[in-house]
Amino acid sequence: MIKGGFQGKILRVNLTSGKIMAEDLNEDWAKKFVGGRGYGTKIMYEEVDPKVDPLSEKNKVIIATGPLGGTLAPSSGRTMVVTKGPLTGTIACSNAGGYFGPALKHAGFDMVVIEGKAKEPVYLWIYKGEAELRCAKDIWGKTSDEADKILRDKTHPKAETMEIGPAGEKQSLVANVMFNGHRAAGRTGVGAVLGSKNFKGIAVRGNLGVKVAEPEKFMEAVYKTREILSKDAFSGGGAAMLGTAMLVNVINGVGAFPTKNAQDAYFPEAEKISGETLRERNLIRNEGCAVCPIGCGRVTEIKEGKYKGAHGGGPEYESVWALGAMCGVSDLDAVVMANYLCDKYGMDTISAGSTVACGMELYEEGYIPKEDSPLPLTFGSGEALVEAIKLMGEQKGKLGKLLAQGSYRLGEHYGHPELSMSVKKQEFPAYDPRGVKGIGLEYATSNRGACHVRGYTIAPEVLTGAADRLKYEGKGELVKTFQDLTSALDSTSICLFTTFGLGGEDIALLLSTATGFKVDINEFMKIGERIWNLERLFNIKAGFSRKDDNLPMRILKEPIKTGPSKGEIEELDKMLDDYYKVRGWDKNGIPTNEKLKALGLLD
Amino acid sequence: MKVLILDPLKCTGCQACEYACSFQHTGVFNPLDSRIEVSAFFEDLSFVPTLCLQCEKAYCVEVCPTSALTKNDQTGVVDFDKDKCIGCKQCIIACPWGSIKLNCVGKEIIKCDNCEGDPACVKVCSAKALTFEEVEDVVLAKQKGTAARLKEIGKDLAKGVSS
Repeated sequence: MIKGGFQGKILRVNLTSGKIMAEDLNEDWAKKFVGGRGYGTKIMYEEVDPKVDPLSEKNKVIIATGPLGGTLAPSSGRTMVVTKGPLTGTIACSNAGGYFGPALKHAGFDMVVIEGKAKEPVYLWIYKGEAELRCAKDIWGKTSDEADKILRDKTHPKAETMEIGPAGEKQSLVANVMFNGHRAAGRTGVGAVLGSKNFKGIAVRGNLGVKVAEPEKFMEAVYKTREILSKDAFSGGGAAMLGTAMLVNVINGVGAFPTKNAQDAYFPEAEKISGETLRERNLIRNEGCAVCPIGCGRVTEIKEGKYKGAHGGGPEYESVWALGAMCGVSDLDAVVMANYLCDKYGMDTISAGSTVACGMELYEEGYIPKEDSPLPLTFGSGEALVEAIKLMGEQKGKLGKLLAQGSYRLGEHYGHPELSMSVKKQEFPAYDPRGVKGIGLEYATSNRGACHVRGYTIAPEVLTGAADRLKYEGKGELVKTFQDLTSALDSTSICLFTTFGLGGEDIALLLSTATGFKVDINEFMKIGERIWNLERLFNIKAGFSRKDDNLPMRILKEPIKTGPSKGEIEELDKMLDDYYKVRGWDKNGIPTNEKLKALGLLD
Repeated sequence: MKVLILDPLKCTGCQACEYACSFQHTGVFNPLDSRIEVSAFFEDLSFVPTLCLQCEKAYCVEVCPTSALTKNDQTGVVDFDKDKCIGCKQCIIACPWGSIKLNCVGKEIIKCDNCEGDPACVKVCSAKALTFEEVEDVVLAKQKGTAARLKEIGKDLAKGVSS
């Protein structure tokens, strides 16, 4: 019997039959994989063939919270979207902030499993432990912010919502899942999976409480962790002041800021798109996700020029980079506008921006014939950026349709897939591996394609300086540790940003006092390693192995041209051998039976 | 006398106040049992907390037929005695702020009691949108703020006169 944290119920929604069932949470799985990403992956592993076409009826989507969601544990508002990602073909877990996850808990459920395919567009309304599928024909085609409002109008004025935008409906491979129209589970094309199922979204409103196993000890841990976060330089100061875009000057300052499709890693105009400039030029106020003491969210407005009056959430660091430096664009208003448009269409800003950048290089090199492009796609043009995002979002014309498939397929179509800055066909984020060695290993081995938030080694390699960013030694161990920690963290509902101040032992304490499970730091890390290996097993069954743990040729061969990391390339292979060794995997990146046995993954 | 001060401009909408409030009063995290309510305006992403302002002329007290609600002159709080309440809900209708409500099961009246002088909501408000302050200090701070602005305006005016 689980004593607290979890609600103990999973909602299973079969769109083909229209049948909705509440199931009991599997306590054994909860102990081994916690909730969120871990438990969601376990469901995928048990129920979905890894070889399945991600956009077919047989794929499933799990909307999952963890045991700390809906409590006062700091920054515990994350919601996970677990599925097989159509951009990558790997296991996918994208997550978003906001208020949806806690609301789902308060409605009585730890997660929702969505399976099958609806004949016509539908949405799900979850209210006080009950759920029903409703017609969404009149919401289909609406942007995410419009859909958010309509869903609330149709259900409850205080309902929280999850929705896909037009990009998801049209199964764009860069489509995300939006929450309340402005928070995004961005990566791996998860929105397209919901689109393929004719599923527009969920509205949820609850009235149940979340209990914890040891209330006094839990609250002691809550106050302690909130206090630590309030004193940390990032979570207690910089993040609220400048948002995550505070990193623009930091990362450009070490010459690891991919510029113009990573032709370089230093953007001379970075100051124009920095967190400081964003604060001065566009910031209205901060937004905090559920029970978050950090409040890094930006509420912004464009105050002058041709986009005057547009307003919304963000942009955060990765978006500023992808839509800015990666496209060579220093016109902050255009970047902010492109960010709003991505949210409205429901597209991942990282993949969208990096795909436009790839398009710009293909265009400038003459690989995209002029007749294919309704506008000159040139680096540095804010106008080209905004127009390209519109083409992508609306899938207008040949180029629009190609852009919507992400940079790899765009490059491949025009004969130059090597110009896609991606791993496993997913665009990498805002840190150039040539200037920060460990993060390249992280991109290469990430279970959902290139990604920074599977193991944020930027913290030790750049922010604290605990590890030398230009050295290769010890990076296997470093990457493994961060990947394992994050896997466990993502299974609790707590936001990764808490780890700037908190250690795994703090999270383990919150987890154990909430659930009554005995979880110390060692067990917490082991849970993380177990989840990481289970994700890897899914990918191996889907056909991935060492050959796919790679980086774009440019990162491996072309030295950085200017800036503080000038002359650097990334030597991945030697780190990869080291990494597989510390993981207990064979030379081909397959987990050994010994390792699987130790993790309890071998029956 | 200390009062809870709300500053909507600083509110990030995180709702930690609601979670802390419900836990303080019920031992469970449930925003529906919170005495404080954060309203979200998603059209412009603004957030406004509201709660009982412990009115001097408290309509809820006036309409309560059983004296379950009484104004405590010492603490300034409008006290609620659950045992005297008959659940007629007239206080809900009378309250101009919507700050008296039913609990999560829709049966019991709940309202802010300032946590007996140590409000749980204030403790978790990182953005400092909620503070618990002496009324006199609030007045003094406001006076000083206004005075400081006048001082600056005065300087400019003085320049105008002398030139």
